[in-house]
Amino acid sequence: MKEVDARGLSCPEPLMLTADALKDADGAVKILVTEPHQKMNVEKFAKDRGKTAVSSEKDGYFEVVIE
Amino acid sequence: MNLSDSKKKLVLAGAVCGLVAACLAYFGNPANMAFCIACFIRDTAGALGMHQAEVVQYARPEVIGLVLGAFIISVETKEYRSTAGSSTMTRFVLGMIIMIGSLVFLGCPLRMIIRMSAGDFNAWVALIGFILGVATGVFALKKGFSLGRAHVTNKASGAVLPVIMAGILILALGTSLLKASEAGPGSLHAPVIISLIGGLVFGAFAQKSRMCFAGSMRDVILMKNFDLFSVIAGLFVVMLIFNIATARFVPGFNTPGIIAHSEHLWNILGMYAVGFAAVLAGGCPLRQLILAGQGSSDSAVTVMGMFFGAALCHNFGLAASGTAVNAETKEIVAGAVPLNGKAACIICIVVCFIIAFTHKREEK
Repeated sequence: MKEVDARGLSCPEPLMLTADALKDADGAVKILVTEPHQKMNVEKFAKDRGKTAVSSEKDGYFEVVIE
Repeated sequence: MNLSDSKKKLVLAGAVCGLVAACLAYFGNPANMAFCIACFIRDTAGALGMHQAEVVQYARPEVIGLVLGAFIISVETKEYRSTAGSSTMTRFVLGMIIMIGSLVFLGCPLRMIIRMSAGDFNAWVALIGFILGVATGVFALKKGFSLGRAHVTNKASGAVLPVIMAGILILALGTSLLKASEAGPGSLHAPVIISLIGGLVFGAFAQKSRMCFAGSMRDVILMKNFDLFSVIAGLFVVMLIFNIATARFVPGFNTPGIIAHSEHLWNILGMYAVGFAAVLAGGCPLRQLILAGQGSSDSAVTVMGMFFGAALCHNFGLAASGTAVNAETKEIVAGAVPLNGKAACIICIVVCFIIAFTHKREEK
């Protein structure tokens, strides 16, 4: 699974990296972010593009899997 | 409580913040300033004696309330995260630039919107510069600009700025150490308790809605996303209604008494610097205060940069003057940007370009 590590990056970098990853991904993409609002932004971004996003909280960060 | 998952809620959050600003204007804050982050940080810097401009010295409870409001709500909703380490000193410089650009224009992006809602055409002119500045920042982002990663740090570190703000409030209320203007904009303010509550409410709603003036334009340009823009629209509409209803809507350029000037080029360039620097820093002055409240030491350093920039502006004569009426002759004296301010504004824009194209995202 393709993984994008956007932890600790300022807005809008997590979304830009997500958009790039989705553009050339075949299957699922895993996005790692630090802030709750970034997690929500990534989820919303995925849903707006007709994809599903499943999030889980890890140790000090969030993991969002987009399919 | 989540205010950022639908446009309706975002508009509502903006409207609540607009109401807070309207109340503060009604209860005594300077005409068509209401709630200006740059002006209020400048006033607070003056209260601390960082500059000696006697007309703009007052520890604004709004700024203190914003940080504390964001701190309390983020702790309460488990969004508080103590982070640091993303190009810290670059952020300090960006904070300085945001303040210098703001004081060349005479207002932060929030006040620009408030001035626009009061019919001040100068603010509409400045909006052009702000949009161009944000667009330049977006261009840099597309070219790979990044200030790098922040890392989770000691939990107490993120609480330092909120504690400092609480300390300033205690000094302001309990001692006579801080300076307070007896005339000019610094002497005009709502009662302390109203300002503080206003700041707390504004801070909490801004934290939950992710309100950001630079971010709203950035998202529209970068991703055609109007979510953050809807918060600003809500705030603008409420302030517009308030200004019209209370006869504070005065359309025109050379309106005396509202702390604004009509040097169009410098209104544009001042806000260009602000828009550019704010996108590079990841948020407008308001957003920096909110992020600092929710634990970001990087944003706290940006706020310190704004305090330092405010001191420079008044110690070195960089800040513009507002159009006013001469008390004796009753003639209108046009506000202006001093030569030092023009030079500083150009330097700020050059520094933004240097920062934009020397800080690159790490390739993985």
